[in-house]
Amino acid sequence: MTEAYHVAAGTLDPEIPVLTIEDLGILRRVDYRPDRGVVVTITPTYSGCPAMREIAADVQARLHRAGFAQVTVATELTPPWTTDWITAEGRRKLAAAGIAPPSAAPRRTGPVPLTLGRPASPGCPRCGSLDTRLTAQFSATACKSLHRCSACGEPFEAVKAL
Amino acid sequence: MSIPESDFDDSPYDLLAEDHDEGHRWAFGTGFTDPLEGVDTSVPAGLDPAALARYCLALGDDALIYSHRLQQWVASLPELEEETAVANIALDLLGQARMLLSRAGGIVGRTEDQLAFFREEKEFRNVRLAEHADRDFAELVVRLLMFSTWRLALFEALSSAPDPVLAAIAAKGVNELAYHRDYAASWVIRLGDGTPLSHSKAQAALDTLWPLLGELFRPDPDALATVDRGGVGAVLDTVLATAGLHRPAAAPLAPVGGRTGRDGVHTEAMGYILAELQSGARAHPDATW
Repeated sequence: MTEAYHVAAGTLDPEIPVLTIEDLGILRRVDYRPDRGVVVTITPTYSGCPAMREIAADVQARLHRAGFAQVTVATELTPPWTTDWITAEGRRKLAAAGIAPPSAAPRRTGPVPLTLGRPASPGCPRCGSLDTRLTAQFSATACKSLHRCSACGEPFEAVKAL
Repeated sequence: MSIPESDFDDSPYDLLAEDHDEGHRWAFGTGFTDPLEGVDTSVPAGLDPAALARYCLALGDDALIYSHRLQQWVASLPELEEETAVANIALDLLGQARMLLSRAGGIVGRTEDQLAFFREEKEFRNVRLAEHADRDFAELVVRLLMFSTWRLALFEALSSAPDPVLAAIAAKGVNELAYHRDYAASWVIRLGDGTPLSHSKAQAALDTLWPLLGELFRPDPDALATVDRGGVGAVLDTVLATAGLHRPAAAPLAPVGGRTGRDGVHTEAMGYILAELQSGARAHPDATW
């Protein structure tokens, strides 16, 4: 199962192809059941994430090529995915690709507080300046926001804390 | 067994182009996979399966119809940033709709596609706020503020619902809806506290939409959680006060013969949505590609 885990873990996220599903924290576990073969359990980032089915298909294809004949990909919704599950290696790869890694996810105790005014903006992944501003709360994918660095002038994306 | 990494075709674009032949495709007629695949969907003892299905259908219909309304805006928004925001919000709601319709359909023996594309208007259970056609950007953001504030409060409460599948869908939705509400609130404030023209448009949108709010709080015998109307009102009041807008005193849109959207009684707008949403699937009911 260690072998199967490594093969599954190497699957790339189609939306952020510098990250594997293990880096992203959406691979929950890999185990073996006599009736279902290798069972890979993944969790969606967002409810409508269109990458989920591609990821499932890629996991199956990789395991088949590695010699595992019977593979089942299962979805698990709870507890909901949080950006806190992005690994340290995943954060390093994000920053290297010019995408600011997320800050710690908000602690949810009681009602979600309303955020008014301009939300905090992360440091620039290119030049490191903290003088950046949010330009859009939603970027090319739901999981990222769009920012601009006032020091180097470059726009960049950030993974939203969730 | 050792697999050299070079044996894998790791370009994500090549992988996307591959024919996986597993039925994992993304359009009507192409074999949607069940979004609840691998999830334990047994109904807990003590819950009425029919009532649970009705309730999930209602919440799923809210998301499906609302998502369609937002999709209609895409390519007509004032800035690229709003295009990506509205498209992503529509996608989140479509994802919630797929899981909720699958939850309902799994109980009553129908697929999410059958529920979305082959029901009549009177079988749709969405609130009338979801089907409203926004006449301008002010209506888009004011309506989204009202809807997402209510739905966020409801999903927070449903996160501990007695059905674990609905609770999981709701807990996931909370994170998404919090972003939707913040987006809508920030625009309502910018418009309300902007120019005299943007202020008047925001106030007009509020006056138009406010009568649709009351329906969200009508008692539902199938409901597995309740929303504190005062809590939702307090959030809305905070945004309106910051925006310099006035809370309308308009009476709620009356039920028709005691019935509202939840009972399948809709406004004229609903027929046009379904005509667009369902026509492709109905013209080619067995199409595959």
